[in-house]
Amino acid sequence: MSDATLPLSPAEPAQPAVPAGARPVPYRGGGFSTRPIRFVAPLVFVVLIGLWELGSDTGFISPIVLPAPSEAFAAFWQLLVSGMLFKHLEASLWRLVIGWTCGTILGVSVGLMIGLFSVARASLSPLVNAIFPIPKIALLPLFVIWFGIGEGSKVATILFGVFFPTVIATYGGVDNVDRTLVRMGQSFGLSWWSIVRKIIIPGALPAIFSGFRISVSIAIILLVAAEMIGAEYGIGAYILLAGSLMATDQLIAGVAILSVLGLTMAWLIGLAERHFLRWRT
Amino acid sequence: MHLAISHVSHRYAGTEVLSDIDFSVGAGEIVCVIGPSGCGKSTLLRLVGGLERPTSGTVYEVGDPPAHSLNPLTYIFQDFALLPWRTVAGNVELALEDHRLPKAERAAIVADVLARTKLLDFADAYPRQISGGMKQRVAIARALSVNPAVMLMDEPLSALDSQTRELLMDDLVDLWTRERFASLYITHNLAEAVRLGHRIVVLSRRPGRIRDIVTVDIELSERKNRAAELGAVQQRLWNLMRDEAMAADMELTDV
Repeated sequence: MSDATLPLSPAEPAQPAVPAGARPVPYRGGGFSTRPIRFVAPLVFVVLIGLWELGSDTGFISPIVLPAPSEAFAAFWQLLVSGMLFKHLEASLWRLVIGWTCGTILGVSVGLMIGLFSVARASLSPLVNAIFPIPKIALLPLFVIWFGIGEGSKVATILFGVFFPTVIATYGGVDNVDRTLVRMGQSFGLSWWSIVRKIIIPGALPAIFSGFRISVSIAIILLVAAEMIGAEYGIGAYILLAGSLMATDQLIAGVAILSVLGLTMAWLIGLAERHFLRWRT
Repeated sequence: MHLAISHVSHRYAGTEVLSDIDFSVGAGEIVCVIGPSGCGKSTLLRLVGGLERPTSGTVYEVGDPPAHSLNPLTYIFQDFALLPWRTVAGNVELALEDHRLPKAERAAIVADVLARTKLLDFADAYPRQISGGMKQRVAIARALSVNPAVMLMDEPLSALDSQTRELLMDDLVDLWTRERFASLYITHNLAEAVRLGHRIVVLSRRPGRIRDIVTVDIELSERKNRAAELGAVQQRLWNLMRDEAMAADMELTDV
């Protein structure tokens, strides 16, 4: 009923008459939905660090328990001007990039095989499920024996850590590809390879990207673990050395670098996601 | 080319879903198949297009497909089956990519079918940006691009609201008047069947058997203005189906 369109609609009464004994229906909706609020996140950050600094300056927080943010920053500055920052970053980034890339390539390939071939699924998926929960840190001594104390064992640790979640994300993604799309491809006479390339892989891509987000965090966690043994340079090595010297200011600086590293990786993946998954809402 | 469905029966894990289905789809003829839910209509369509093998019986292609047909038996799906990561033009192109066609010819075919389905303005839109009716038009354009001999339509209008359905039905009638395609058209909507079908195959509930084949002798383009006659046919179909539909409704469906 749209009274507004009727030419003879009566003038709106100034005060709508409320029938006797009437009350408005109570509002019961709303809530359970969050909306983005800008500037809150940086504000929280600034306030927290400010309070921390204040606590340290007034002596409320003992420097033995926690160094002041300014001290941590000084340690970071020291690292920067001495040129060591780039040496550590370079060593860590190499391990991270090579380990993650190789683990991802292998993981996506094996995941696709498990998703596509019954034999691969029957043979590999129990194996993957059995090895996935093993903390790769526990295997580090073995990796040192197998791949040497140098870069090999460090890259291998990251590679293995990345491989398993990627496999699981990939074949989960393949399983979830809409079968009607596959049937459509078959009905138009598309070749097997065309269907895999044009329907299965793009369809599994959202799940694969979710896997990337997890595997990047795992890679950073394992980086520190891998640099525990026989690493001269690397952010992890720097943190561990600082820890064993009780140089808590350097430790905080190193941890902050790792956090920034993780955020940068997540941001890069977000960019890639926005490019490759732009067809999504 | 026409299709002959010869004594086709099908069972899934012991349950018979189709029993001795035998009819043909002539060149330029639209044959609608109706029946209560779960009578195996969609299974029949998958068997006809070779997406599944019948337990017994055979589906024959009789004669040669038209010279330029890239995919003689082409489906149109209920839920459109468009790739969400491809644009409208990209979705149409998908059907052509595995055929060795020169790039220019491929582009020309895409432009031609998009023009025929009035989609040229939407060529670069993604499926999520267009309405359900538009999506089904894209699927129709994609089917036309491979120049099919028989279109296998699986409840193509069932996912659309009734106004859009009405519009698309008119489009299909126009299209048929121009192209004279043959089609096996599965639906549960009797109004669609009487508007689009030259012949209407009525299936019984599971296992699906042919109860009757009703011929509608009115030109497709004239049917809109002869509602009374169509109404009579529709009533007749409903009388054929009502008891079956009621019985099908009461069945437990744990197949």
